[in-house]
Amino acid sequence: MRLIIPLAITFTAGMIMILNFFIPHQPFRLLGDNLQEWFMIVASGAIFLGAMNLMHVHSRKIKLKLKNWKYSPVTIIGFLLMLVTGLIYGVTEHRPFDYLFMNVVAPMGATMFSLLAFFVASAAFRAFRASNWRATLLLTSAFLVMLGQVPIGAMIWDKIPLAKVWLMSIPNTAGQRAVMIGAAMGVVSTSLRIIFGIERSYLGGTD
Amino acid sequence: MNWEILGIWLGALVTFCLYSFLYRDNPFYKFAEHLFVGMSAGYWVIYNIENVLIPNWWQKMFPAEGGFSWIWVIPGIFALFMIARIVPKIASFSRLSLGMIIGAGAGLNMVSFFQTNALAQVKGTIFSLASDSVWSVFSSLVLVIGVVSGLVYFFFSKAHTGVVGKTANVGITILMVAFGASFGYTIMARLSLLIGRCQFLLEDWLPTIPRLLGFGG
Repeated sequence: MRLIIPLAITFTAGMIMILNFFIPHQPFRLLGDNLQEWFMIVASGAIFLGAMNLMHVHSRKIKLKLKNWKYSPVTIIGFLLMLVTGLIYGVTEHRPFDYLFMNVVAPMGATMFSLLAFFVASAAFRAFRASNWRATLLLTSAFLVMLGQVPIGAMIWDKIPLAKVWLMSIPNTAGQRAVMIGAAMGVVSTSLRIIFGIERSYLGGTD
Repeated sequence: MNWEILGIWLGALVTFCLYSFLYRDNPFYKFAEHLFVGMSAGYWVIYNIENVLIPNWWQKMFPAEGGFSWIWVIPGIFALFMIARIVPKIASFSRLSLGMIIGAGAGLNMVSFFQTNALAQVKGTIFSLASDSVWSVFSSLVLVIGVVSGLVYFFFSKAHTGVVGKTANVGITILMVAFGASFGYTIMARLSLLIGRCQFLLEDWLPTIPRLLGFGG
């Protein structure tokens, strides 16, 4: 029963969504629309679960004095700070929650992602070798796109930005499309496997 | 020091702490990293409450015109079941919630992915030969050949020999150009973020130092 009921729920929910798409009339429309909203609400439970798990992990680290436990209070305080300011003062502009987001969270997010520029560039420096003609093609394509993106590219030769636009809109689109179409087929087959209960690893075992 | 300057200093402080990782892993980086994780988690919990739970659940369960809509209790219970996973004794209840979101997600993604990532992409690849320029027709041909050969490369049910092998080779070539272009684009996007942070430090944070020391206006 611990397996059959969740599988039955999965099948029913999946079929309602599919039927809502192919038969957009009552009762499927009503069921499908409601289920989409229910989906968001139940999925939000996963966010709470994640946050509670984060707190649990860091509390445990502090309790057992595990490696780097001294930084765990920083995570807990940061979490509680956002939670309390958001719940007490609201999320509108010029409130403490917005202030913390604009001045601490957003700069940290941008800095974290900008750090990747260094690592990606250093990885590329080590990995990019014009060892064969295809690797040379990859290197040239990346180089042209980078050069076409900045003013110096146009200063070197005014056709470089045009080459960049062509590379992005034709070969890049072709490659991405092939990947997207392949991925879509994968999503369709995996979804069918999930709905019909063939794929059940998300339930964590068969007991 | 007013709130605006304090905000700039906070932003600069966490920026320096995170960039210190470029030297090597150190306590300042670890501090900022842990702070980022905690504050981001807090931010998403509040975002979820404000943008999902209040408008889509609470306001529907207790409508503005009064009354109580009992049907909305059900998703609330399912959401609680999800949290039950943290308590080992009742953890199996979370399977019901998982079943629901995985099933609904699978059904929703199956049709939407097929529409947007397969049918719309195929439709976008079909082109008219009655185009106004030779270059446009050439580009469209490269696009069609690229998509078809790329798909052949990803088709593993047949050995990549003969015509299939040759087509797959064309696919690899197109994919190499595509990955190179995507890589270059990603680097530039990250660089623009880096420039943004440098601009913040130079144009927003640096001018506050003379102001704090009483030199500036």
